[in-house]
Amino acid sequence: MPPLLEVRGLTKSFPGVLANDHIDLEIEEGEIHGLLGENGAGKSVLMSTIYSLYRPDEGRIFLRGREVHMVSPASAIRCGVGMVHQHLTVVPHLRVWENIVLGEEPRRGVFLARREAFRRIEALCRETGLQLDLHAWTGELPIGLQQRVEILKMLYRGASLLIFDEPTTVLTPQEVDQLIAYLLRLKEGGKTIIFISHKLREVFALCDRVTVLRRGRKVGTIVIADASEEKLAEMMVGRKVFSPKRGEEKPKETVVLAVEHVSTLPERGKALHGLNFVVHNGEIVGVAGVEGNGQTELAEVLVGLRKVRQGKISLRGEDITFASPKERIKKGLAHIPEDRHRRGTVLDFTVTENLLLGFEDEPPIRRGRWTIDLPLLRRFALSRVGEFEIATPGVDVPVRILSGGNQQKVVLARELSRPVSLLVACQPTRGLDVAATEYVHRKLLDLRKEGKGVILISADLDEIRALSDRVLVLYEGRIIGELAPQSDEYQFGLLMGGKSLVAQG
Amino acid sequence: MSLRDSWRKCLSFPFLSEIVAILIAFLLGSLVLLFTGYPPGQALRALFRGAFGSRNAFGQTLTQATPILFTALSFLVSFRAGIFNIGVEGQFLMGALVAALAGTSIKVLPFPVHLLCALLAGGGGGALWALFPAWLKARFGAHEVITTMMMSYIASYFTSYLVNYPCKAPGWVAQTHPVERSALLPKILPPTQLSFTFVVALAFAFFVFYFLFRTYLGFQIRAVGLNPEAASNRGIPIASHQILAFLLSGFVAGIGGAGEVLGVHGKFVDGFSPGYGWDGIAVSLVGRLHPFGCVFASLLFGLLRAGGMTMTRVTKVPLDLSLIIQALVIVFIAAPRFIRLVFLRRKE
Ligand SMILES: Nc1ncnc2c1ncn2[C@@H]1O[C@H](COP(=O)(O)OP(=O)(O)OP(=O)(O)O)[C@@H](O)[C@H]1O
Ligand SMILES: [Mg+2]
Repeated sequence: MPPLLEVRGLTKSFPGVLANDHIDLEIEEGEIHGLLGENGAGKSVLMSTIYSLYRPDEGRIFLRGREVHMVSPASAIRCGVGMVHQHLTVVPHLRVWENIVLGEEPRRGVFLARREAFRRIEALCRETGLQLDLHAWTGELPIGLQQRVEILKMLYRGASLLIFDEPTTVLTPQEVDQLIAYLLRLKEGGKTIIFISHKLREVFALCDRVTVLRRGRKVGTIVIADASEEKLAEMMVGRKVFSPKRGEEKPKETVVLAVEHVSTLPERGKALHGLNFVVHNGEIVGVAGVEGNGQTELAEVLVGLRKVRQGKISLRGEDITFASPKERIKKGLAHIPEDRHRRGTVLDFTVTENLLLGFEDEPPIRRGRWTIDLPLLRRFALSRVGEFEIATPGVDVPVRILSGGNQQKVVLARELSRPVSLLVACQPTRGLDVAATEYVHRKLLDLRKEGKGVILISADLDEIRALSDRVLVLYEGRIIGELAPQSDEYQFGLLMGGKSLVAQG
Repeated sequence: MSLRDSWRKCLSFPFLSEIVAILIAFLLGSLVLLFTGYPPGQALRALFRGAFGSRNAFGQTLTQATPILFTALSFLVSFRAGIFNIGVEGQFLMGALVAALAGTSIKVLPFPVHLLCALLAGGGGGALWALFPAWLKARFGAHEVITTMMMSYIASYFTSYLVNYPCKAPGWVAQTHPVERSALLPKILPPTQLSFTFVVALAFAFFVFYFLFRTYLGFQIRAVGLNPEAASNRGIPIASHQILAFLLSGFVAGIGGAGEVLGVHGKFVDGFSPGYGWDGIAVSLVGRLHPFGCVFASLLFGLLRAGGMTMTRVTKVPLDLSLIIQALVIVFIAAPRFIRLVFLRRKE
């Protein structure tokens, strides 16, 4: 029997970039096929080309042995191919059921056959076990549920080949577990799935076979039983990958950041209640917790984007409670925002301009009263790109076209390009490949070794435990406890679930 | 290089889309002529002759391009900060009025000083007219598309009232007294209307370019326009920069109005603007929201206006034809861009 999907010699280039170079791919009916590769390896482009968002330069696509010429996502959908993109595409101002039927509305004459639409969606929910409130406004749902809407949307259109482009990057660990369970269930129901992820753990939990891409080329396809984490990492990166280890040095006695009894009001998010902690020089303090318990708000308070109602924050002994973001940057506070597209970068600015952001009004880049010294800026950008190994066709391309990992490196390069005394790192490795993750971790540990302070806020408990000297656990806007990173997972689980160890005795 | 590659290269030729759109606009315009019974060849020849067939024609084109260049630059400055200043027309008119008042009422200042005062007063008038919507936006979050448009209508009726009643010079025409000689911008290509205003406009194009792309303040304003969250995260205050861009936008529009009064008409004539402010928005988009692009786009629109007038005189083809071509250019270039910009913003 021919494979469900067969791709032969698929090639796709962009100006200056060969994103896919003669790629062959076979997807068997009923399997979950993993697609791995570094940031910028060409995974999203390959999937978007199969989904006909891009037109290939060369190459042929077969479905069940028959060559197909799909010209648009609409024809891909007719051929039974569905895709959930890296960034969700639901319409926030529509209700859940409206989003699901959008574009495929069952009709009676010119009217929408509402009842029939409902019957079909409800049947679908029952079959797949994907439960949703069909009348909710889609934009008000958490990301995990919005993603569920996307999945139902594909299934509603009768897709049999489901493409998931990094579906887990935006999810909390709990949501990831749920998603994995659903995907396995869909597979049992006879669907075929292509799954892209940077987390090898998820790939091992789900996939039957894995294809690895590197720099636009296919490295190989292997059965998961023959694979190990090291082997996959090596295939992706082309060398062995080591997770960097925390050095033996003890944190110093000096305090770089002191947060005393800080509370905020619950506007646009969670309120924080009486936060009280310090960060020493040469220390990484992890902040763990189930997402949505005040992590974002904590970061905003520290960098000056959220008002403090009570309490005091001091950086190296100076009171910065009411300092503006600018003043804090000047005092050596660096910040990696959790969302690099919304807060970290200006996507339509060039690499150079993004590296400049926040330093534009200071000498030596500002020459004279007003002017920016362009030659100097260019040299500055080139040296940053070199030092941080940012893979880009040049310093004058918009950051939008860089891969996620390289966008993150731009943020990192900017934040670390002046003397730092404290780095607030939020989800610094979200969506990054193993090599880029290793790179970011190494940078954080370097800062620690140099005697700087680091606050690491992450949803990835493993990351926090591997890097931090101490871990604070946030629950409902309070620090509910502090643990040593070696503490066992059970203790973390209890605290993150809101069960204070102290209260238990 | 394969055929496909060379084709793609050809497609990525800069400004190709604009050039093709302009050609199509002329083609469709000729078809309209054909169907309405005018010989298109003759009409187009007259149009081009009227646009740059002679020294006078050329002067006319530049004269017509001048106010549109100012208004295009004005829209551009606000847009780069993420603000849709739709009310350029109002700021343009207020600038013109204030300049006319300064030009007629001050009698003691010598030539360049008086002129400079009147110009700056015009700019100030435009900026002042932008201040209110800017304040409404910063204070209450009122959307500038609505407020500036309303301010625009107020300006149009208000100036009209002033020159019809309190400030009217004796005579049939609703206009102010002529501006003092000491406040006039010299003509540079007599007998055409072309005045020094055009040079001032070019200088402003360069100034706007330099400001946006070479100074730190311009950089910050562009950052605010593209991604306010990222900008504020890096310590750039959003509200104050948007207000600043708003005022600057009004200032440029006001200078444009002042330039018309002090350079071309020598007084404020009721209804002298056929909607330069509104044209400026389209020209700005055709010019790819870049100051230098605006220079070329305004020349194109000036050409159509100047040529259209000659064409009407010589061939009896109504002026509407050149307006049709102008509209087609807008439909093909500016409208898609406008829609894309507005919707891309919504999505984020
Ligand atoms: N629209 C585009 N224009 C130009 N270059 C592009 C475009 N889209 C992608 N690229 C380039 O193609 C290459 C492959 O990108 P792709 O998005 O497929 O990477 P990826 O494997 O999905 O990476 P990630 O894990 O970061 O999502 C990258 O070098 C990227 O810069
Ligand atoms: Mg991708």
